[in-house]
Amino acid sequence: MKITSPEELAQNAAALKSRPRKPIKLLVSMGTCGIAAGTAAVLKAIHQEIAERNLENAIEVSEVGCMGLCHAEPVIMLADEATGEKLIYGDVTPEQVPAILAAGTSSIAPGTRTLERNWYYPEFETAKPGEPQARIVLRNTGRLNPENIEEYLADDGYAALAKAVTQMTPQQVIDLITASGLRGRGGGGFPTGRKWQFAADQKSEEKFIICNADEGDPGAFMDRAVLEGDPHTVLEAMAIGGYAIGAHTGVIYIRAEYPLAVRRLEIAIRQAEELGLLGRNIFDSGFDFRIEIKYGAGAFVCGEETALIHSIEGKRGEPTVKPPFPAVEGLWKKPTVVNNVETYACVGAIVRKGAEWFRSLGTAGSPGTKVFALAGKVAKVGLVEVPMGTTLRDIVFGIGGGIKNGRAFKAVQTGGPSGGCITPANLDLPIDYEALKSIGSMMGSGGMIVMDEDDCMVNIAKFFLEFTLDESCGKCTPCRIGNRRMYEMLNEITEGRASLDVIDRLKTLSATIKDTALCGLGQTSPNPVLSTLANFEDEYLAHVKDSRCPAGVCAKLIRYEISDRCVGCGLCLHRCPVNCISGERKMRHRIDQSRCIKCGVCFQTCKFHAVEKH
Amino acid sequence: MNINLKINGQPVSVAPGSTILEAAEKLEIKIPTLCHFKMDCFHVDHRSASCRICVVEVKGRPNLAPACSTPAAEGMEVHTNTLRAINARRTILDLLLSDHPKDCLICPKNLNCQLQALAQEMGLHHLLYKGEQSTYNKDLSSQAIARDLDKCIMCRRCETACNAIQTVGVLSGVGRGFNAVVAPAGLKPLAETECVFCGQCVQACPVGALSEIDYKYPVWRALNDPAKTVVVQTAPAVRVAIGEAFGLPPGSVSTGKMVTALRMLGFDRVFDTDFAADLTIMEETTELIERIKSGRNLPILTSCCPGWVKFLEHQFPELIYMPSTAKSPQQMFGAITKTYFAQKAGIAPENLTVVSVMPCLSKKYEAAREEFSRDGIRDVDIVISTRELADMIREAGIQFDQLEEGEYDSPLGESTGAAVIFGATGGVLEAALRTAADWIAGEDLQEIDFTGVRGLDGIKEAAVNINGLELHVAVCSGLGNARKLLEKIQKGEADYQAIEIMACPGGCLNGGGQPYHHGDTTILQKRLEALYRDDKSQPVRKSHRNPSIQRLYAEFLGEPGSHFAHQLLHTAYVDRRK
Repeated sequence: MKITSPEELAQNAAALKSRPRKPIKLLVSMGTCGIAAGTAAVLKAIHQEIAERNLENAIEVSEVGCMGLCHAEPVIMLADEATGEKLIYGDVTPEQVPAILAAGTSSIAPGTRTLERNWYYPEFETAKPGEPQARIVLRNTGRLNPENIEEYLADDGYAALAKAVTQMTPQQVIDLITASGLRGRGGGGFPTGRKWQFAADQKSEEKFIICNADEGDPGAFMDRAVLEGDPHTVLEAMAIGGYAIGAHTGVIYIRAEYPLAVRRLEIAIRQAEELGLLGRNIFDSGFDFRIEIKYGAGAFVCGEETALIHSIEGKRGEPTVKPPFPAVEGLWKKPTVVNNVETYACVGAIVRKGAEWFRSLGTAGSPGTKVFALAGKVAKVGLVEVPMGTTLRDIVFGIGGGIKNGRAFKAVQTGGPSGGCITPANLDLPIDYEALKSIGSMMGSGGMIVMDEDDCMVNIAKFFLEFTLDESCGKCTPCRIGNRRMYEMLNEITEGRASLDVIDRLKTLSATIKDTALCGLGQTSPNPVLSTLANFEDEYLAHVKDSRCPAGVCAKLIRYEISDRCVGCGLCLHRCPVNCISGERKMRHRIDQSRCIKCGVCFQTCKFHAVEKH
Repeated sequence: MNINLKINGQPVSVAPGSTILEAAEKLEIKIPTLCHFKMDCFHVDHRSASCRICVVEVKGRPNLAPACSTPAAEGMEVHTNTLRAINARRTILDLLLSDHPKDCLICPKNLNCQLQALAQEMGLHHLLYKGEQSTYNKDLSSQAIARDLDKCIMCRRCETACNAIQTVGVLSGVGRGFNAVVAPAGLKPLAETECVFCGQCVQACPVGALSEIDYKYPVWRALNDPAKTVVVQTAPAVRVAIGEAFGLPPGSVSTGKMVTALRMLGFDRVFDTDFAADLTIMEETTELIERIKSGRNLPILTSCCPGWVKFLEHQFPELIYMPSTAKSPQQMFGAITKTYFAQKAGIAPENLTVVSVMPCLSKKYEAAREEFSRDGIRDVDIVISTRELADMIREAGIQFDQLEEGEYDSPLGESTGAAVIFGATGGVLEAALRTAADWIAGEDLQEIDFTGVRGLDGIKEAAVNINGLELHVAVCSGLGNARKLLEKIQKGEADYQAIEIMACPGGCLNGGGQPYHHGDTTILQKRLEALYRDDKSQPVRKSHRNPSIQRLYAEFLGEPGSHFAHQLLHTAYVDRRK
């Protein structure tokens, strides 16, 4: 069956919506993260229980993508189709399943963990007072079964594409996106409408739309969540983009390390093609669009658009100088638009609801929402989507529930290895592209790593730089050699071997790398160093001048000692992997510093807090 | 519409598509470059913008711009020597040197190194950044090219030479980050790859990462071995380039000085590869005429160039019936020396050492091919490049520019104008046409300048009428051009009877063993002109009119193409496709 007109699409959606439903819908979080946490076993238990208790007609089980509740996986949600009541369980075990199903939506099963709904799972696409999250990008993720196109169609899926190709000219589509103020969510924040306009203005028989799904920032996983949870949204938006710029081929460049996303994309493409929503003469408009998938082999730099294009072409994945910009000379030297997953995920909603609606969310310069992958020392790790302009405090302390284990907040790193850290002083800054830039960080793809008082900022900078070091393509001198030298200097600092001029050298080298590196990866690679230096120079100086790591992280600079609180229980002595602790029973033990490897096992083991870290 | 911009306050107007660097050149403002490599006459413009040494400040641009690859734009204001630009350039150089061995004194590119020159120009005397340096095993696996990756600066010029120009595809970026380096896939030794040893990568390499395998010492040893009679042959292109190594202007014909120098070095006989080039023409032209008469195995392809032959064996083995079976002049010389000359001079072949001086690195490989040995004795024992000979002359303290003109020894030192143009693209074919025309016409023709096949163009085509016989010929140099032509032949889109192919763009005058031109192609043009000048000045300009050649056939070989000539002077090719 093919759907050949917007009317047919609407009729089909209405028919799907009015289908009789079972009383309870049970959503099981089957994203990669959920599966890793054990959702598959829970799902098995659910099917078993349903079969044993003959609940087939009472409960509709739907496997969905990530709900964004990483800290509570495995997660399941029960929705009462009649009342709309929703109940979310976290940390679910297969053993809890019978009780949960028995309780249904009317009561909470004993011995389980439920999650406050409003913080995590607001109504879709709208921001309500008291609910900091607003979902545009993640509107279907964790809600619809990504492997069943009918769920997407029932929810007005492909209506935006239908509207674009049958009621709008390509220029109108571009004007709409321009008016919405949508900016590239992959990092730089370049206005999407302008990018499309550049490509549309090129005279060429062949053009390309590329979806950059080479997500690689440490701690960022929103693109994976969208592709695993809502692939059709991306496909639909790519087709809209193709219509706007005059491209008939879309390419999704996705990391091969995302097998589940790849599988769901393949299923989604096939299902969309079967219904004629992709392929030839879409909605009888004369517009053809097909989408293919290309795999990345796991190089962060291939997220840079010229490198990505070279990789698709089978060349070494490394950037080249712009101009020429891909919009003029991209894939196979044809005009090409490269947008990332999250950017595409906004497009359909804008087409359906208009630019004004999109601009009603977010800030004047950065309309819409942003998805953040909240990770690190925050209590509730997860995927959150908030309107631009939300403060860091609302995200970390509101949605994220503050810092784990009652420790003190120290900083948040945004923008991954290209970004910088944000300190308590800026917790109340409304976050958008410009605001983050002004404080020495950047939006990046939306990784948000929370650090507490136990994090050494020199070590954090070293961590991010090490990532860049591994991921640099090695093409240009500043990135290839400069970052290596930066890393070596940081290493000297964390090992207490650095000379006093190291800070100056770090600053000079950082400035040169920013000023001279070929691509965005290199140009932003010194940011973690510069930003930690700007905000925590005293920590650097403590390492350099006093050979001291204030956070007690840098192994070469700390020592463990046993205080007089020691009762001589012998536990640390038994656990020490290098046998450097000695002492008679019931007598105070001591550590042989010359043999200690500073693994910290004694510190963690001691029940009497007798092992002290200096 | 030209583009108007200002550099250091000076207005300049350039054609659209020009870079800041080109605009600066117009103003004679020098911006230092390192990875940039341009050879206009071969349409090579390598601007990977990877070294970042050419960064300049552009008003309104947030970061510095690489001048080599940033297009000039209307109204642009460029400043090349602001403190910001100077600091950046110094830091970049500092970083490059922090991962580069500082053993310039013993580097094969000492005083020919562009990184060294840059350090000197920029006056960097103190390094701020120190740290781990890359270490790789040296690749000395082949007879021709030495690779010392510790010195690689990732300019990627060799990669452009190997891939874009030559389409050999052996060298490419391998590894990433600090471990990125240019190498064959899997860091394989060169000898195990499809490398044809053309040496264009060595010419392109600005530092000591790529150089020739050095055979100077074995030559010194042979020269000092009283049991050996050491015979030297010099290839046509050597005489028009070696002077450059001693400060003579490019395009000087230094044949006489070179002969004197060789004699002073202690070579017992100073002979000329040109003699063997004439011999090659005798055999190859005989074959050409036979094939035209029979209409079989056409077109005939020249076989003088070992790089090209190896390229064919790897890339187009289905066409190995096409090249002439005639050995290259170097190998014919070796074979004749160890038979005819040995007999004549009464020296046992095993007591003869044949040394070649070649503009080429692939000749080192060719001489070592097993089919060019008999009973364990190689026809050509040692091959050195023009550069190595210059080094030997310098090492011996010989003041090259002051030398008297010497004469080649007889009989293998006598040659014609047809032979000397072997050193330029098109020369072999022109020499063959001169002989073929005479033979077909049966007379001594006076119109012998086939100018249609001259010049540095990559692919040249000409129709030649000899006594009513219309010949379609083509000449190409550079293996990328050869690939294009061969693909056309395979598709049946080309109809030629004879094609000359040389691996190096421009032919042997631009060989991998020649003095480094560092991208200055005016030097190549001058070498080219010198070869044709030399041809013009020769009393005999047709190979078959070389009296020593005539005597060789009369006394020893019989007829061109005879059974004995075939035994000594012809060879066969190997399918090397894996």
